[in-house]
Amino acid sequence: MLAALIIVFREAFEAGLIVGIVMAVTRGVRQRSLWISGGVFGGVVGACIVAAFAGALSQAFSGVGQELFNAAILILAVAMLTWHNVWMARHGRELAAEMRAAGEAVIAGSKSLAGLAVVVGIAVLREGFELVLFLYGVIASGGSSATGILAGSAIGLVLAALVCFLTYFGLLKIPGHYLFGVTSILIAFLSAGMAAQAIAFLEQANVVTALSAIVWDTSWILSETSIVGRALHTLIGYSDQPTAMQLVVYVLTLAATFGLMKLFAPQRQPSPAH
Amino acid sequence: MSMICWTRMKLSAAAAATLFLCGLACVPPARPAAAQETATVQISVKNRQFEPAEIRGPANKPIVLRVKNLDATPMEFESVTLRVEKVVPANSEGVINLRPLQPGRYNFFDDFHQQTTGVLIIQ
Repeated sequence: MLAALIIVFREAFEAGLIVGIVMAVTRGVRQRSLWISGGVFGGVVGACIVAAFAGALSQAFSGVGQELFNAAILILAVAMLTWHNVWMARHGRELAAEMRAAGEAVIAGSKSLAGLAVVVGIAVLREGFELVLFLYGVIASGGSSATGILAGSAIGLVLAALVCFLTYFGLLKIPGHYLFGVTSILIAFLSAGMAAQAIAFLEQANVVTALSAIVWDTSWILSETSIVGRALHTLIGYSDQPTAMQLVVYVLTLAATFGLMKLFAPQRQPSPAH
Repeated sequence: MSMICWTRMKLSAAAAATLFLCGLACVPPARPAAAQETATVQISVKNRQFEPAEIRGPANKPIVLRVKNLDATPMEFESVTLRVEKVVPANSEGVINLRPLQPGRYNFFDDFHQQTTGVLIIQ
């Protein structure tokens, strides 16, 4: 039971963190619960579908289908997060200023929400896929231990939901004035970490082979599989043995995100009112 | 009007830049023309036991590890030191590419049934 609790919590934890961040980022935006729960629901359904076709997926592309699939959805998530940050850099200030105002801002706001809903869906799908397979295995093999394992899994899920709410309420402690800046930075690092993770999958699939030397090994200080290591892995893309290519892509993603945000930020000069 | 066009242009520039970045990450660089031949190592899982529980492979050579899951339930082949995490569905085979390794012992386990363990010995 305890083993199941740990396995489920570990898998669901990352999704919990990401959903918590997205909830904080979209605070006050109309219909955000609809979009976020839609993302979670879509992710769960997607996880079941992917799990059902797990056999076909892992045989695809001469055995590296799983890795390519993971890399592809991570890259999609990176694109969505970058888009969100750029969009917020452009419209965030107006949005915060006239939160009550209906019309264009809110419509545009839900456009950016769609991107974040995709990110939530991907986070849930990635972690959920393994969970579905694990639970399926437990149920399929039956036996007397199945009930205990399922109970442990349920507690694991509840704990992950707790992580989600702690992240959310923790971020809400930040004064509204700073929240936008903090979440932008958070999302930029989240996205860079995902890009580096996508590279890890492409390396595992032997698609990316350049710069494959391991730059450092800090597994003896902070293992990526420890809970702190996992949290940092999700939040800023911490890796205890990153390859040079992962680092390059990590830095490039950060630079591109902040560069684009700067490029699209509205001009500071007061523009004459029409 | 022109404002709108300008915004559009900027947005598509953003999209292009994002795509470029993704493309950059995806494009496989030319492989080192079969500079190193790969070794293949096989292992299977039956009744939640690795068979054999101890496998051997050559040092400093890329290794293709083929994991055959003969059980009716899925497993996840995982190793911290090999940096591998791979789900192998029931009654199927997972292919894992390992980069050249230093001599040593590399432990692995089934993440779904953690008492199922094995070791890869690199010589």
